[in-house]
Amino acid sequence: MPDPMKIRATVVGDSTEVKVIMSHEMETGQRKDAQGKVVPAWFIQSVTATYGGKTVLSAQWGPAIAKNPFLAFRFKGGAKGEKVQIAWVDSRGEKRSDEAAIG
Amino acid sequence: MGTTRREWLKSGGGVTLLTLLAAAGWLKPDEALAQAWNKAAFEAKTMDEALKALGTGAPTASKDITFVSTPDIAENGAVVPIGIASAIPKTEAIAILIEKNPSTLTANFDIPPGTDPAISTRVKMAQTSNVYALVKADGKYYVASKEIKVTLGGCGG
Repeated sequence: MPDPMKIRATVVGDSTEVKVIMSHEMETGQRKDAQGKVVPAWFIQSVTATYGGKTVLSAQWGPAIAKNPFLAFRFKGGAKGEKVQIAWVDSRGEKRSDEAAIG
Repeated sequence: MGTTRREWLKSGGGVTLLTLLAAAGWLKPDEALAQAWNKAAFEAKTMDEALKALGTGAPTASKDITFVSTPDIAENGAVVPIGIASAIPKTEAIAILIEKNPSTLTANFDIPPGTDPAISTRVKMAQTSNVYALVKADGKYYVASKEIKVTLGGCGG
């Protein structure tokens, strides 16, 4: 099981600002190990953020997103104490989903 | 012997089913597509290939797309902050393309109504390159670019 994400969601005016750091190697498939063998690509391919059952952001990623990916965005609305969910799926089919209360 | 369900799925039967669902109007084509990672676009090696795989046609240059807290010079290509904001009404999607990376398309964000058309993330850059912000708004495509100089590349290693 991959490590949990760090999610911070805060009310800013009439919007909610969401900042996420995911724990992932984001291996490009370009790098070689000490034996000179190519390290196979392994990266998060899709990310979905939901609030109140609605998708507030979805993304498709390639391996050029930096290691331990950072993502920030804002959506209208969002009430303190309510939860924002973030989920990702990587190129090996591994999944991780976390949530955080809006502060 | 009839084919097993597994073989039937492998033979592309699943795709046919999705197509039928889309045809029947149960699934909007966009929703069906959003589920699948766009392999052809992400494996494209050049801007032209990537734009072709994304089906953008020739995007219009726009001054309403801005790079926010994005450096002119990145000392470490392994972690380059990129922020993109679009002031174009009805922005539906924002994509990041890095011309001189091994694969050009880096990320594609779908912006549903109610979400600000602005995203920030961090990317890897192999070398100094133009970075393109591609925006889809009201079904049309727009683009802006910025050169980021990289002192130390972030691939190979």
